[in-house]
Amino acid sequence: MNEGFGAALQTAWSLVIGFDARLAQVVGLSLGVSGTACVLAAGFGMAIGAGLAVARFPGQRALVAALNTMLALPSVVVGLVVYLLLSRAGPLGSLGILFTPTAMVVAQTVLVLPVVAALTRQLVADAWHGNGEQLRSMGAPPFVAALLLLLHERLALVTVLLTAFGRAISEVGAVMIVGGNIEGVTRVMTTAIALETSKGDLPLALGLGIVLLGVVGSLNALIALLQRRQGAQERATPMAMAAP
Amino acid sequence: MVRLIASVVLALCTAFGAQAQDKFIVMSSTTSTEQSGLFAHLLPAFKAASGIDIRVVAQGTGQALDTGRRGDADVVFVHDQVAEEKFVAEGFGVKRLPVMYNDFVIVGPKGDPAGARGKDVVAALGKIASSGQPFVSRGDKSGTHAAELRYWRMAAVDVEGNKPRGYQACGCGMGPALNIGASTNGYVLTDRGTWLNFKNRADLVVLVEGDTRLFNQYGVIAVNPAKHAHVKAQLAQTFVDWVVSPAGQASIAAYKIGGQQLFFPNADR
Amino acid sequence: MTGSTLIALQAVTVRFGATVALSSVDFSLHAGERVALVGANGSGKTTLLRVLHGRLAHEGRRFVAGDLRQAMVFQRPFLLRLSVWHNLMLALWLARVPAIERAPRAHAALARVGLSNERHRPARVLSGGQQQRLALARAWAVRPQVLFLDEPTASLDPAAKREVEQLITEFSAEGMALVMSTHNLGQAKRLATRVLYLEGGHLVVDRPTVDFFEQPLPEPAALFLKGELPWSA
Repeated sequence: MNEGFGAALQTAWSLVIGFDARLAQVVGLSLGVSGTACVLAAGFGMAIGAGLAVARFPGQRALVAALNTMLALPSVVVGLVVYLLLSRAGPLGSLGILFTPTAMVVAQTVLVLPVVAALTRQLVADAWHGNGEQLRSMGAPPFVAALLLLLHERLALVTVLLTAFGRAISEVGAVMIVGGNIEGVTRVMTTAIALETSKGDLPLALGLGIVLLGVVGSLNALIALLQRRQGAQERATPMAMAAP
Repeated sequence: MVRLIASVVLALCTAFGAQAQDKFIVMSSTTSTEQSGLFAHLLPAFKAASGIDIRVVAQGTGQALDTGRRGDADVVFVHDQVAEEKFVAEGFGVKRLPVMYNDFVIVGPKGDPAGARGKDVVAALGKIASSGQPFVSRGDKSGTHAAELRYWRMAAVDVEGNKPRGYQACGCGMGPALNIGASTNGYVLTDRGTWLNFKNRADLVVLVEGDTRLFNQYGVIAVNPAKHAHVKAQLAQTFVDWVVSPAGQASIAAYKIGGQQLFFPNADR
Repeated sequence: MTGSTLIALQAVTVRFGATVALSSVDFSLHAGERVALVGANGSGKTTLLRVLHGRLAHEGRRFVAGDLRQAMVFQRPFLLRLSVWHNLMLALWLARVPAIERAPRAHAALARVGLSNERHRPARVLSGGQQQRLALARAWAVRPQVLFLDEPTASLDPAAKREVEQLITEFSAEGMALVMSTHNLGQAKRLATRVLYLEGGHLVVDRPTVDFFEQPLPEPAALFLKGELPWSA
């Protein structure tokens, strides 16, 4: 087992230094697909989450419960559903986007949108206590107040978006089915790892896994740096009141 | 930070867009064919001859034919003659043309506890069944799986109802099945191509080969534009014509792993 | 001294589930008044403020003079993680003040409360007193005719408390009507023209300040006064 990991680390290192063009393309596609999906999911998800937090209508509790259930959607199920929609034999077949990166973005957006929406809803609901009332008293309609609370809690939002991105970039079920793992076109890190594993080339698979972790880890480190800078600005003086 | 994200997204969009410009068709084929490495050798030769890119979606045979049925592929390239002829009979394919064959082998533990070694696949399977040794089946409706079931029938062994003691079906591709065989010291029926590329062999070696019944015939079928109008019928036909032509057949024969030829072209002259 | 009626409540009752927070209250607020709401915790002071401000569902009737501009200041002001300036501009935007007027009003408001030099600092690093002055600036900028205050100095040190009381008095002199809840009877005596005593959701006493502190009070109110007075500042 040790030599497997050792070989994997060596492979990972030589992949990175060698700057294999195909690897770069696969990494780039992974980041692009998952990044785009996160941006789309963020836009819609934050609006839905904020809306759900402030809306009052019959069945709201049921809807929130359903949304929280979708947090556990298996990626293969999402992939299958999107595949059936986008297949030429399906309702959206005329779009012709099956087996292209666009389909992968669609599938990952569907997968990750509940994550953003559910966590945003919780964020707004928690921030609403006390604070929501003051914003309403200043003349903010409920949805505007919810968005202002999101602005106020933007650091926590970053964590939500990072969670969503992690879910997207690490999933393999959805992109495999709707993308087809076509070399040079729809092969991403996770499907490449799955392929090499099934071919029995375990050191390469593990090496690719290490590269994937490295890429995501670098992204997280960058964000943590940004958060630290913003946190330093916020450091309260001894005389300030406890924040509401 | 926002600018950085925007420029990355823009760069990727142009990359996505650029891909759409080349002429291409989608070919559904099997995981064992892709993992043999044949396409990495064959398709560049085709592109040089025709300027057409082929995007291979590798699945099990059943799924590959289903992809063709749905019109999600322009051409199908699999190795299950019965299923292929049914596909054409149902009107989903234009015509089935034989292209090449490769062979199956049975791999197993070096010590060969079941005594399966030899040139007779039917006898070998009989011995494996009665020994109760582990046997890993793909169980995934693939061409390989269909072939495996035929050999069991020839050996008069029931693997559906009253299975042999060590028989297990994984519902997976060739590579994963070999992975399981390697870790359980079991016997596996595999195509030679996947085996030659397989790196996680542990204690497994080739025990049964050379039986003519182990030959595995490939066919190519263009998806029928009458059923799916959007299919790139002309480009697909270009590929079909090329792969059975002397140039295509020569390219197939030229593909070797470790000096060994894997696929033997046999398109009708 | 009593001007036109700005807000009137008639037999207003507020329930939260089974609890009756306010019970059949009759009350009218007039221009130029400074009203103090006193009473124990849970007596209904905050509920009465919120009903007057129009923020609570209630039984009974509430009349408001047409187009009345109102603002409210809370014990702990909610300031967004933005600069002082942006917090102010946000309040002006929410109040639908026309765009060209916003910057001049924001400058004037900051100058009014003495926070002009702090305008680019993050609002949340200000001291407690400064934050409450910002809240007052936020309210003043929208030019309210009525200002509601819910225990505005309860969390402040004595110096900050004096600054805030000073500003409140000045606002009243500029013409704003005030309704302020407070624990601090001394503060009520200093600032108010009229004192309301609440108990268990009932409005028990409603008198001009002088009468409240010098004339005999009904039993519960008198006890309350005795209990509180030695500790007022």
